[in-house]
Amino acid sequence: MNQHQAFEQRIHKALHNAQLRRNFRTAMDGIRRRRAEQFQDEAQLQALRGQARAIRNNSLGRQAELLEQLEERLTGNGIPVHWAETPEQANAIIHGILDAENARSVVKGKSMVSEETGLNHYLEQRGIEVIESDLGEYIIQMAQEPPSHIVAPAIHKNRVEVAQLFREYHPEQPYTEDIDELTGTARRVLREKFASADAGLSGVNFAVAETGTLCLVENEGNGRLSTTAPRLHIAITGIEKVVEKLSDVPPLLEILTKSATGQPITTYFNMISRPRQAGEKDGPEQVHLVLLDNGRSRIRLDDELLDTLRCIRCGACMNHCPVYVHVGGHAYGTTYPGPIGTVLEPQRLGIDQVGSLTSACSLCGACGEVCPVRIPLPKLINRLRAEAVKAQRGSDVKGHGSLRKPSEAMLWKSWSLLYRNPLLYRLFTRLATRLRLLAPSRLRPWTDYRSAPRPASRSLSELARQEGYGHE
Amino acid sequence: MSEARENILRRLHENKVTARPAGPQSPGNPGWDAQQRIARFTERQQAVHGEVHRLKKSTWLDWLGAELPRRGLQRVLAGTGEVGRQLARLAVPGVSVAPYEHPIEQWKPALFADIEVAVTGARCGIAETGTLVLWPDAQEPRLMSLVPPVHIALLEAATIHQNFAELIEMEQWANGMPTNALLISGPSKTADIEQTLAYGIHGPRQLITLILE
Repeated sequence: MNQHQAFEQRIHKALHNAQLRRNFRTAMDGIRRRRAEQFQDEAQLQALRGQARAIRNNSLGRQAELLEQLEERLTGNGIPVHWAETPEQANAIIHGILDAENARSVVKGKSMVSEETGLNHYLEQRGIEVIESDLGEYIIQMAQEPPSHIVAPAIHKNRVEVAQLFREYHPEQPYTEDIDELTGTARRVLREKFASADAGLSGVNFAVAETGTLCLVENEGNGRLSTTAPRLHIAITGIEKVVEKLSDVPPLLEILTKSATGQPITTYFNMISRPRQAGEKDGPEQVHLVLLDNGRSRIRLDDELLDTLRCIRCGACMNHCPVYVHVGGHAYGTTYPGPIGTVLEPQRLGIDQVGSLTSACSLCGACGEVCPVRIPLPKLINRLRAEAVKAQRGSDVKGHGSLRKPSEAMLWKSWSLLYRNPLLYRLFTRLATRLRLLAPSRLRPWTDYRSAPRPASRSLSELARQEGYGHE
Repeated sequence: MSEARENILRRLHENKVTARPAGPQSPGNPGWDAQQRIARFTERQQAVHGEVHRLKKSTWLDWLGAELPRRGLQRVLAGTGEVGRQLARLAVPGVSVAPYEHPIEQWKPALFADIEVAVTGARCGIAETGTLVLWPDAQEPRLMSLVPPVHIALLEAATIHQNFAELIEMEQWANGMPTNALLISGPSKTADIEQTLAYGIHGPRQLITLILE
């Protein structure tokens, strides 16, 4: 099965799952409403977007320099920095740190980059217990599924499905479908893990080069627990997350939380600059940062596609995407779904692997309008569609041209010829109108869902001439 | 993996994209006066289920003496700084105050299982978002505001800033960050099941701010 067929199969499955569609519809409607409530002043919103975009552009423009500064500051603060080009390297580094400290259990805050590297599986295979502690992540860990949304990973499940998972995995806990009670169950179950885990693992929302500070945004407290209760803390993040100054943080934090969940601020904003210092009574004795490239530095080769890396992972693009709302995150089959996934994943993994994602877009423009850092997502999706089928020389996009089909290319070449040559064009419209009854009624896959177009009996230019318009 | 480091940095240096400097960033200042800042802080905290009380500076211990028994909170964790020292004077039958004296490794299970409420100070507050700012230290460690089901924080009214940007600038945070700096806006919460808010998932179920004037 090629990637396109596999994608279509996943979409088909999602579209025929009424429960899944209801779950997404309800969740997305709510999240959109809450975001809109936070941005009632259009002028303020646009000013903040402009500011956030400029901050991220500055970080990307000076990324090498800022990463070196970040490394220097963090190292000076007592936080070693590890660099990984590939997911395998990142996983091996993390396993190495855990192994050296004889850590057998890891409690995790939410980290999409660790999803990208398949860290849980890697560590479990090596005999290390890994527990996701974000409630949503814990739910899908029980269900053995990947996240379906980058901010709300279990958004595809309703309370009954969650209740059944808890019954299956924690039969000792009283069965309930009440959300407050389910939350209480999770608290009891995970508290033990926080108290006993050897190590904590987290992502990073912003890494501040100026001060060597790792910033984490969260509501639950599991991020704080993962980074405070165990004796060892490992943070993993993509190289693009670095920002220059501490003063860059407040505007990014504001637009991130408002865009992501419609909150003016999250419950916790956790800024970590050092491991436990002499005399301090808690906090990890060791903190490590793993910086992952995984294709990001290649994306920077292209001045237009570079915009992809401005992303602060708020998820607003998927919340507002009509395709995502209908098919959900799993249909994409990649770590990052929705519009940002459609742009990021083909570049990261190659168009030859997941280039089909770019077809799941109507170019409605909603994602581009809500993006807090003004990534021109529709434009980039269109660009990648072209990259997928054009045999361009000098393109840096992985797998470019790999979805080119000779028949399709021929068709577009003929179309181009027809429209460039007036004589041919007239001949064609004449034939098409006169022989319109011979037009095929089945044009797969177009006519699978639509009726076939039937040419009119006279072309527009003919009609115009009849009406006395001389010039064409 | 210094090879990975060299490779990544080489690629980043090679594809030098145009550095696009950030525009001027002047933190918008709402210009609230002291009373407006207190009002805004209170309103924002309450909007996220935070409890706020305004007290005369000298009365917070009395308030605790009355409220802890009323709420059935018996096992209190105190810091070892000024707030903790005053708290040690709390003499209410049935309420025991334990100071956070030893490194966490020596009593982790007890902290997670037994303590019902922790009382800490706060470095300052942020009016715009209704946020407590904590710089935990040896006297008031990080887990105090996180593990016990109830967290009571003392906030001096005069330390409530307009917004986060102004705070960072005025206190010149960039010149020296602590081990851990925290912004806390309400009790712990989640909306991971059906996007429905539920409080007290991993951190405190209740956050009580005593604004001291």
